[in-house]
Amino acid sequence: MLVGRTLGGMSDEVAIRVRGLRKAYGDNVAVAGLDLDVHRGEVFALLGPNGAGKSTTVEILEGYRRRDAGEVQVLGIDPESVLGTRRARSSEGLAADWRSRVGIVLQGTGEFDELTVAEVVSHFAGFYPSGDDPDKVIERVGLAGKARARTHTLSGGQKRRLDVALGIIGRPALLFLDEPTTGFDPEARREFWELIRDLSAAGTTIVLTTHYLDEAEALADRVGVIAGGRLIEVAAPDSLGRRREALATVSWRTPDGQVESAESATPTALVTELAARFGGEVPGLTVTRPTLEDIYLRMIGQR
Amino acid sequence: MTTTTKPAAPVAAPATRRLGPARLALRQGRLEIRQFLRSRESVVFTLGFPVIMVLIFASIFKDEIAPGVSYTQYFVTGMIATGLMTVSFQNLGIWIPIERDRGVLKRYRGTPMPKWVWFAGKVIMVLVTGVVMTALLLAVSVTLFDLDLPGTATAWLTFGWVSTLGITACTLCGIAISSLARTARSGSAVVTPVALVLQFISGVFFVFTNLPDWMQQVAAIFPLKWMCQGLRAVFLPESFGAQEPGGSFELTRVALVLAAWCVIGLVLCLTTFRWTTRRDG
Repeated sequence: MLVGRTLGGMSDEVAIRVRGLRKAYGDNVAVAGLDLDVHRGEVFALLGPNGAGKSTTVEILEGYRRRDAGEVQVLGIDPESVLGTRRARSSEGLAADWRSRVGIVLQGTGEFDELTVAEVVSHFAGFYPSGDDPDKVIERVGLAGKARARTHTLSGGQKRRLDVALGIIGRPALLFLDEPTTGFDPEARREFWELIRDLSAAGTTIVLTTHYLDEAEALADRVGVIAGGRLIEVAAPDSLGRRREALATVSWRTPDGQVESAESATPTALVTELAARFGGEVPGLTVTRPTLEDIYLRMIGQR
Repeated sequence: MTTTTKPAAPVAAPATRRLGPARLALRQGRLEIRQFLRSRESVVFTLGFPVIMVLIFASIFKDEIAPGVSYTQYFVTGMIATGLMTVSFQNLGIWIPIERDRGVLKRYRGTPMPKWVWFAGKVIMVLVTGVVMTALLLAVSVTLFDLDLPGTATAWLTFGWVSTLGITACTLCGIAISSLARTARSGSAVVTPVALVLQFISGVFFVFTNLPDWMQQVAAIFPLKWMCQGLRAVFLPESFGAQEPGGSFELTRVALVLAAWCVIGLVLCLTTFRWTTRRDG
């Protein structure tokens, strides 16, 4: 658990600054006035149900999609200028420079059927001015044993690792990860988390979208919850939705085998009392606080 | 529980080395060719199809269509033109939607790769397969069906520019038509009928002047008819020109029509090309 990472000591430069972002598809408003700040060097997780505007927001930040209104700055540049629209257009050189500092792991995998892992990774490395060593990156994402395999022979989780390899091959200052661990087995997820922590420790700013709340909790300095096209709350994972103040649930087994539970603001006192009542060990004792998932579902459910 | 203070970002980036344009284009071309060669179906279909067609048709029809001109000679010129269209128009029109649907294009778009590099890769792939296919067709036709290679420098020159203009027009149109396909699978459904109809009305299988007048008029709008006619100027005797609809091989008109299609194709590419699928914005 990473607690107490303070950002105050760091330069408060922002990596991403969004104000009043709006985007509609016809009558369907996907993003309705979203504000967001992501600091340099932090791991920021965006949570939200499908259709809440998460992917649209991320794709606007990645320079894939136009917006209808609002201000967006990513690493000091309006991503729309990289896309080259009527509103904004930056020079090829500036756009390429921005692209080389932004790593993207898209939601779907782009498959290069007939090429091998090593071929694809070293090909992409060539696009970046200070690209990383392909062999090293392949090793880092855990595909060393598959370097010579054609990409279509990879399993779902392995393809995802290839995606991650392509996202970090350019040694980005800012990395977008859109549901990166979908299809991973638990062990692979843990390994992936280590990789993200490494990248973060080396100073990479990371924006992560995920449906796995434990993933957000394990990795993120801050989480933002998107619902209905707005960011409804931003907080550290352990304080989201007033989680710190939430009541604890104590449950135990009564002598006749029933499970009993009680919510309490003072669980220690309750456990002490139970211990006295049972004369020592309390059978089946658990003390839990609402998980991030409980809090999140409550927040989403209120809407 | 650990309290982590993040170290400042190490700025120990290695000396920047940005690849030059020529190198970027060549790498991309090599990657495309490698991908092409490794997908067996496309190799067989693209390179093998014209050769098989020549073997079949030249074995069935052995007549002379004019004094000193065999049907085989006529047909081979048409198949070279068709082959050039296959490696460019059909190949791109079918494969680009597949790559777009798979998200390959979107992924390229997220890198600092200059956009033109991706197109350059496709063009290099088309040119290389076009040359290989033409050489293969000529080799088969010369050894098995007594086709005469062009005897003069002028004829070779004509061969060169007709093929180049033709393949350029077809490449641009192939890239342009790729944006019509909504999904990976619909690429071939869009492109194949167009190519097949053009082959029938442009005088590939039948002697062009034997076709109904209206059909000739329709064919004259599109590039394939003019590619065939330009190649006939290369491989058939000068005298055959008198039998063309215009009374000669009309090389100037061939150049003009093909150049016009290059312009149309380019404009369509620049205005309609999509890096992502429709549902993907």
